[in-house]
Amino acid sequence: MSHQTLDVRGQLCPIPVIRCQSRIGGMSEGETLEVLCTDPGTLHDIPAWCRIHGHKVLETTEENREIRIVIEVGA
Amino acid sequence: MISGGLDSMLATRVIQEQGIHVEGINFFTGFCVEGHTHAIRRQDQKKQKRNNALWVAEQLGIKLHIIDVIEEYKDIVINPKHGYGSNLNPCLDCKGFMVKKAHEWAVENGFDFIITGEVVGQRPMSQRRDTMPVIARESGANDLLVRPLSAKILPPTLPEREGWIDREALFDFNGRGRRPQIALAERYGLHDYAQPAGGCCFLTDAQYSAKLADLWQARGNREYEFDDIMLLKVGRHLRPDPGFKVIIGREEGENHYLEGYRKRFTHLFSPSHPGPFALIDGIAGPEEEETAARLVARFGKGRDADRVAVEIHSVDGRDRTIEVVPLSDAEIPQDWYL
Repeated sequence: MSHQTLDVRGQLCPIPVIRCQSRIGGMSEGETLEVLCTDPGTLHDIPAWCRIHGHKVLETTEENREIRIVIEVGA
Repeated sequence: MISGGLDSMLATRVIQEQGIHVEGINFFTGFCVEGHTHAIRRQDQKKQKRNNALWVAEQLGIKLHIIDVIEEYKDIVINPKHGYGSNLNPCLDCKGFMVKKAHEWAVENGFDFIITGEVVGQRPMSQRRDTMPVIARESGANDLLVRPLSAKILPPTLPEREGWIDREALFDFNGRGRRPQIALAERYGLHDYAQPAGGCCFLTDAQYSAKLADLWQARGNREYEFDDIMLLKVGRHLRPDPGFKVIIGREEGENHYLEGYRKRFTHLFSPSHPGPFALIDGIAGPEEEETAARLVARFGKGRDADRVAVEIHSVDGRDRTIEVVPLSDAEIPQDWYL
């Protein structure tokens, strides 16, 4: 299974969500996407977007204003 | 079409009640971004930062597709066929554009019709009995555009005529009052929703529009880039001279955000006193840079000091530190403030 990284640091919501949506659109079930962000809004918006589209947030970490969200692509 | 407000939430729910599969679409123009300022300003970081459209979609149990229309939307803002509202808000053109994009998306993705939360008489430009047909016609959606909350006082659409949806179960809301919507929300058990309905477009804001108009005037054309319209939401903007303006962070979150532009703008900050990070937008020589430095000093903790050191880092790589006397309030003309 492939693992991809999406760097949206410095971008404000909803841009990170849009980029995430676009990247995941080209991925397959079970693959993982690691999203790097700085907007605190992503802590709400990316998991919310994942829930309504059937993807799973595996991990969320926040350190020095940098946020890392790992998503497993759903069906 | 999901804005994140109550009306589109109700309109969707009304159609879902008829057993119809609905998915949401939301357009990001760069202007409908209340959440951005919350994210930027540190003092607001405890405020709710949810994206209302996503939240509404989750409450309704539908997918939401957020579409980036930043580039295409420029033409709507710059050349609105139907003109502006009280500020630089091209509401009628905007709605027509969004319905057109929604219609295109619906066709590409196999959907049969479009639902909006529009209510006859709710808004002065885009939701009037005489302008709502204009939106349907100019968007190309025509009678595939269903407005469930006012459907009974509008001509039947194709989905109603064909019996895909039951017109009798739709509504006849009319006017600016919110009582029917609030009552319907109550009926559906919806208690938490964004108020006021209809999103949060910065172009309806007088101060924001004034800053955009100033940007256009200073540049001599009515173009903009995404970063321009983002920066208009951040900091104090002061224009001491037609050739340049200074964007000054108001607190740590804004300073941090402005620092992200340090490679693209001449920027200033004080190493001697805590205070703002600032950008110079435009052409500034040593004299103008000194004025900007005195403004930076004025809005920092050294405002009452005799001298304040200010580092100036130019985009062309010239770095220097100067000592300046902070400008007093009396020395800052009111018309510098945008």
